[in-house]
Amino acid sequence: MAEKKKQSGGGIHFRRLIAYIVLIIISFLCLFWFYVLFINATRSNSELSAGFTAIPSSHLVENWVNLKNGTLPIIRGMFNSLIIAFLTATLATYFSTMTAYAIHAYDFKGKKFIFTFILMIMMIPTQVTVLGFLQLIDKMKLDNSAIPLIVPAIASPAVFFYMKQYMDATLPLSLVEAARIDGSGEFRTFNQIVTPLMKPAIAVQAIFSFVGSWNNYFTPALVLHDDTKKTLPILIAQLRNADWLKFDMGQVYMMIAFSIFPVIIVYLILSKHIVGGVTLGGVKG
Amino acid sequence: MCPILKIKGAFMAKKSKVVRYNKWGYIFLIPFLVVFIIFQLIPLASTIYNSFFENYRSGLTQIGPNFVGIENYKTIITNGDLPLYFKNTMIMWILGFVPQIVLSLLLGAWFTDPSLRLKCQTFFKTVIYMPNLIMASAFAMLFFTLFADSGPINSLLIQIGVFKEAFQFMSHAGSVRGLVATMNCLMWFGNTTILLMAGMMGIDPSLFEAAQVDGATANQIFYKITLPLLRPILVFVMITSLIGGLQMFDVPQILTNGTGDPMRTSMTLIMYLNKHLFSKNFGLAGALSVYMFVITGILSLIVYKFTNSEKN
Repeated sequence: MAEKKKQSGGGIHFRRLIAYIVLIIISFLCLFWFYVLFINATRSNSELSAGFTAIPSSHLVENWVNLKNGTLPIIRGMFNSLIIAFLTATLATYFSTMTAYAIHAYDFKGKKFIFTFILMIMMIPTQVTVLGFLQLIDKMKLDNSAIPLIVPAIASPAVFFYMKQYMDATLPLSLVEAARIDGSGEFRTFNQIVTPLMKPAIAVQAIFSFVGSWNNYFTPALVLHDDTKKTLPILIAQLRNADWLKFDMGQVYMMIAFSIFPVIIVYLILSKHIVGGVTLGGVKG
Repeated sequence: MCPILKIKGAFMAKKSKVVRYNKWGYIFLIPFLVVFIIFQLIPLASTIYNSFFENYRSGLTQIGPNFVGIENYKTIITNGDLPLYFKNTMIMWILGFVPQIVLSLLLGAWFTDPSLRLKCQTFFKTVIYMPNLIMASAFAMLFFTLFADSGPINSLLIQIGVFKEAFQFMSHAGSVRGLVATMNCLMWFGNTTILLMAGMMGIDPSLFEAAQVDGATANQIFYKITLPLLRPILVFVMITSLIGGLQMFDVPQILTNGTGDPMRTSMTLIMYLNKHLFSKNFGLAGALSVYMFVITGILSLIVYKFTNSEKN
């Protein structure tokens, strides 16, 4: 008996060792690319063509200045991306909370049907309607504008679903009732009592909507045509499209780093909320 | 007034008050429904409508729109495009999904195993989830530069003596597909791990304890208890991943510059759609969209059925 116990104790240590080794290898595989990206962004074109090293060089600022003064309007692109992503996140979270509140707090005819309907359309990808979408915005004279990239966020079924789940768990209807007795109007109740209570859920979904919009390439590439309106992913695609061998590779790496590292930094600051917020739904790849 | 009427009157008043509140349910739904109808439902209808018309540009002349019935649907099947791109998409999805699910099950089991007591869990979870938030197009561009003929991976492999000369990653179907699958796997296994962990933590711990008392090994517990109880969430993960996989676009598009090289072996369905949208061949793009809509619709229904039966 004692021997058996000892054996299983040894088994635990062995399994723990294996687990740590595998985890370290996987973490290395996740981080390696970004490390190489960082190193290469600090090296000049001639250093880069000399081969691979793991030690950073001193050309980070130089690459940045060259990139900023180059042909790609990256500062402009970043601002476009930021504005679109910020407005998308704001609209998506505010109106999804509102939609979820409508389903959560009121009883009306067709409520169940609408809820089921929203769940059913949650998984339908935007790509399948994009043809009609492009024709529509062309007719509405919204082609080459950021509006068709921002306004549709008002109807975000996945964000709605998360908000609904969160409300079911945390928002007691007695609170709404109490606000009514105190004479608060329905709209005011929603804005001043419900939204503050939903803050944690709004924060999580705002991050996801922001990142989703920031990284989105498919629709913006079809809608935006002017260089001054393009977002970062489109500029990355342009960089890929250009005769990149003639490019200063230091600048290419700098450009990639410029679109990746801001998200990583924000992620590291907020990672606790993000990793905790993943579990509730959404389409994946 | 007779008391019964009085009660009835009070009841009526209360009811009308409730109705007065409940109209706000409709009011709060207006933004969602209006935006949904304008930007998704109408486009969906006109996409379906377009799929029945011949409408494209041949050189400088515009052909159509002429009604052709289901000709577009037949064309993309019979000219071999749709089957080929569907096959490519599926191969790349499977190549990425299989390692992803194996890795996620393994990591999820380790993270939730109380007897293992792994340290630094937050660190590892943060690291494995990170690639999910990276801009897919930038990540693909990074891989493209890293795996270029004169890129750092090739020079590294030559330095340590794996290859004598640069391996042309971008000119072999296997390596391009492999790179796409690797990127997808890296970007999504953290997400899957966290989803599976939530499922594993939902399993009654007394089951594990009972199994341990009966002398089951860690492997037996995993295969005989964890895996069967995890089946609903595994199906959910697989189908949502399949829906996401069918939408695969950013990574292969940027990696191959939209060509799907070599020889269209890494061209996905959405890349093909994108190509038709740019060349303004609305008939074929419409037919392709409708096919995609039907497939994802069926898959969504399965997910919906599963998540609902789980709740009951």
